[in-house]
Amino acid sequence: MIETREPILKVRDLAVEFTLGSNGLFGGKKILRAVKGVSFDLYQGETLGIVGESGCGKSTLSRAIIRLLPATAGEAVWLGRDIQKMNSNELLDLRKDIQMIFQDPLASLNPRMTAGDIIAEPLKIHMPNIGKAERAVRVAEMMQKVGLLPTMINKYPHEFSGGQCQRIGIARALITNPKLIICDEAVSALDVSIRAQVVNLLMDLQKELGISLLFISHDIAVVRHIAQRIMVLYFGEVVEIGEAEQVTMDPHHDYTKRLIASVPVPDPKVEMERREERRRLRKAAAKAA
Amino acid sequence: MPGLTGKDQVLTDYANKLAVLDAPKGRSLTQDALRRLSKNKAAVVSIGIVVLIILVAFIGPYFVPWGYSEVDWTSIRKPPDFDKGHYLGTDQNGRDMLARVLQGTQMSLIVAAVATVVSVTIGVVYGAVSGYFGGRVDSLMMRFVDVMYALPYILFVIILVVMFGRNPVLLFVGIGAIEWLTMARIVRGQTLSIKEKEFIEAARASGAKPFAIIMRHIVPNLSGPVVIYATLTIPEIIIAESFLSYLGLGVQEPQTSLGTLISAGAPVAEVLPWMLLGPAAVLVTLLLCLTYIGDGLRDALDPKDR
Ligand SMILES: Nc1ncnc2c1ncn2[C@@H]1O[C@H](COP(=O)(O)OP(=O)(O)OP(=O)(O)O)[C@@H](O)[C@H]1O
Ligand SMILES: [Mg+2]
Repeated sequence: MIETREPILKVRDLAVEFTLGSNGLFGGKKILRAVKGVSFDLYQGETLGIVGESGCGKSTLSRAIIRLLPATAGEAVWLGRDIQKMNSNELLDLRKDIQMIFQDPLASLNPRMTAGDIIAEPLKIHMPNIGKAERAVRVAEMMQKVGLLPTMINKYPHEFSGGQCQRIGIARALITNPKLIICDEAVSALDVSIRAQVVNLLMDLQKELGISLLFISHDIAVVRHIAQRIMVLYFGEVVEIGEAEQVTMDPHHDYTKRLIASVPVPDPKVEMERREERRRLRKAAAKAA
Repeated sequence: MPGLTGKDQVLTDYANKLAVLDAPKGRSLTQDALRRLSKNKAAVVSIGIVVLIILVAFIGPYFVPWGYSEVDWTSIRKPPDFDKGHYLGTDQNGRDMLARVLQGTQMSLIVAAVATVVSVTIGVVYGAVSGYFGGRVDSLMMRFVDVMYALPYILFVIILVVMFGRNPVLLFVGIGAIEWLTMARIVRGQTLSIKEKEFIEAARASGAKPFAIIMRHIVPNLSGPVVIYATLTIPEIIIAESFLSYLGLGVQEPQTSLGTLISAGAPVAEVLPWMLLGPAAVLVTLLLCLTYIGDGLRDALDPKDR
């Protein structure tokens, strides 16, 4: 059913390269291909999980999609318009429609601003016409929605816990009524119990507001919980993309199997079998190399 | 359930407004730093002394019997004389030393304040812009700083004097315009590390313009090194002023400054010691206190670095 609709985001053969400074007098410039031709579609109201180990280009891909980094090839099409070709007005609209939630809850908040000012900032940028009182009310409502007390509006980030900081980040992302939120390792830095709370909050908000999520994580267990579809990245390439159920239960690619095998399981017997399986895979990989 | 009249909605809004109105204030980082500073005895005492010096320098002249350029023909080169109201003695021209020290302190403080404000403003903006934009803009802007460093500032000052005449305030705007170089370098370095922080990326992702990012997110987070460096700039400028006045480029008679007074008092220190002791005591106290304040601020703003 989903497939019959037009995707809100179409990514086609997107590639990002970094030019590293030359080392030595005669060393030529090195080119690091962080993302190598990634394609996928994202539909409205859907959650696409992106998994892969550290350094495989997940963050780079997400930053290229919203043009925080220039793509070297391919295109990302948002609601029919190529992001690379947008003019400054269109880009401003894009920044309103796509918001981000970051990995480090505290570092993603300006330590010199109050929670209220942080949440209100996108509102000031995108809706400069609304008055101060109206803005305060919207911020207070948003704080309630993400489970923060509106009376904390004048507190500074260092006065909040990690989970609360991430809720401030979520409130900031939601305040402009975006259509897509990119969560880059949004829960990785949180304690396990708080992680579950924040993931559930995200899922509830998504259901309520009908937004799409790009949920980036190296933890396939969390992604399986939140995402309908999963895309597996390996050294900047998509090795597998499909329904969450299918990718996690019946992975096609070896790398996906290894990723899934690395998730600890509470059952000792299953865990034992897993360990056995991992050993076998490693041996096979070593032989292949 | 929202009622037919939307009363619930109105009430919620109202409740929200109330909640926001009496929301308790948070502890900002600046307040934290001030609290730590207030625990540092040396710094608190130094701040007290500096404030006292400032007050006395600006209010004192109204209570002193003699003006700073007034000549008392009956007492020339006289040691302190309480009957005539020359509490610190007189100089070779029969002018009251206390009045002159007060005026000189005033002048040195004004000069230091003007030059520091100018150098901090230019340095912060220049350094933040250079560091934030990076790449070619950065190399170009920093090469310019390097070139300016290489120019002897005396040359610069002489050009300024030739262009604007001997106006002390203008001159020290000029000095401030040279002193900013180090500030710009410090700020650029700080900016390079701040701009990698996630909250800068968050601001970019939500569409903030570069100027807004620099002013709202980078500059406020620079306060630590900037404040510390500023407290170090003040004594540097007071000393530069003394040097220039000694060369005859700075403050002109009958006005005076701490540096001028000291350079006038030093050659006659053996016969007329009161001419040196007064201004020297004020200058040394001021410099010592500023050093303690700088130290205290460094500890208060960077508690982790200790
Ligand atoms: N600005 C940059 N300049 C040069 N290389 C970069 C830059 N940013 C990222 N890289 C490199 O690109 C590759 C992909 O990095 P990226 O941050 O996208 O990985 P990631 O999947 O997000 O990893 P993690 O899970 O650790 O966040 C890495 O090898 C990284 O070193
Ligand atoms: Mg990353």
